[in-house]
Amino acid sequence: MRPVRFNLNPKEAEISEAISMGKAPDGVPGDGFFATQLSSVVGLARKNSLWPLPFATSCCGIEFMATMASHYDLSRFGSERVGFSPRQCDLLMVMGTIAKKMAPVLRQVYLQMAEPRWVIAVGACASSGGIFDTYSVLQGIDQVIPVDVYVPGCPPRPEAIIDGFMKIQELVGQESIRRRNSEKYKDLLNSYGIQ
Amino acid sequence: MALTNDTIQNKLVEKFGDQVSNFSTASGILSFESAKELNLKILQYLYEEPILGFTFLTDLCGVNYPDNKGAELVVVYHLHNFSENIRLRYSVSTSIDETNVFTASKIFESANWMERETYDFFGINFIGHPNLKRILNVDEMDYFPLRKEYPLEDQTRIDKDDEMFGRG
Repeated sequence: MRPVRFNLNPKEAEISEAISMGKAPDGVPGDGFFATQLSSVVGLARKNSLWPLPFATSCCGIEFMATMASHYDLSRFGSERVGFSPRQCDLLMVMGTIAKKMAPVLRQVYLQMAEPRWVIAVGACASSGGIFDTYSVLQGIDQVIPVDVYVPGCPPRPEAIIDGFMKIQELVGQESIRRRNSEKYKDLLNSYGIQ
Repeated sequence: MALTNDTIQNKLVEKFGDQVSNFSTASGILSFESAKELNLKILQYLYEEPILGFTFLTDLCGVNYPDNKGAELVVVYHLHNFSENIRLRYSVSTSIDETNVFTASKIFESANWMERETYDFFGINFIGHPNLKRILNVDEMDYFPLRKEYPLEDQTRIDKDDEMFGRG
């Protein structure tokens, strides 16, 4: 009879392998204390509790649903809580074709988000207009709002979305807490007409 | 007596004489044309004449024939007689330089949005329309995108390499 279990000599699960610990930031460890930069601690906290705001307009949104669901499980990365209120979210995930008429709406949602905020453009349409090289489609959301990470694909697989998400986590973890007050950042926002 | 395409054609010719022309049948649907000044009279007649009874406007759209000098733009009315289940296609053409056509929105309320759409994409100026402004495209758009003089691609973009997109 065919065994139900394909692996006849299964390895017993070890709890230490199932749990992966986040890397501690650079610092000075000692007896009962750990000294490091405030930026690193804040970055560590932020990057592991990003609240995504999905702005899904088409098929990439379906891939995002798969990404959120149990198999790919985006909540492993601390994004259990998908918010639909821009005020509470840190990460705007734009997935799908943005028509020119939708552009002011997207911009409004971005403006309603509180700093610090990040944006990920998922899929060819959000990144560049994709196949819709036409009069009615916005040729990439970076024409109206600044974008941190682009995920290519049409649509990208959940692995690609997760990869993009981890790139965002990297950015968030390394970001200086003073970045949002810097001249460079203000110039970036000003170039989009955002005060 | 069931309504047939022949009956419709005879009634129209009887009423409007040689002002209605180019009768043809495609997929069982009678088509005809007239001068654009007559469109309301003909639609009204088709609506009110008891045995015709075309009381439903299925669709209203525009077409652009750039080589048809003097009649570049066409407005097509698709009508439906519900009780006999007969459809009818009626079109008027207009020059691209002077795109005034009377609005059908007083006869068919549903023409309101469809005429706005036709205006949006072809720039046909429906005289008497209560609210003739863009409906689908962004308000800032300064051209009529489905006219064939405009290429499909967005001409204002600078981020894509033309050669890679067949526009070199």
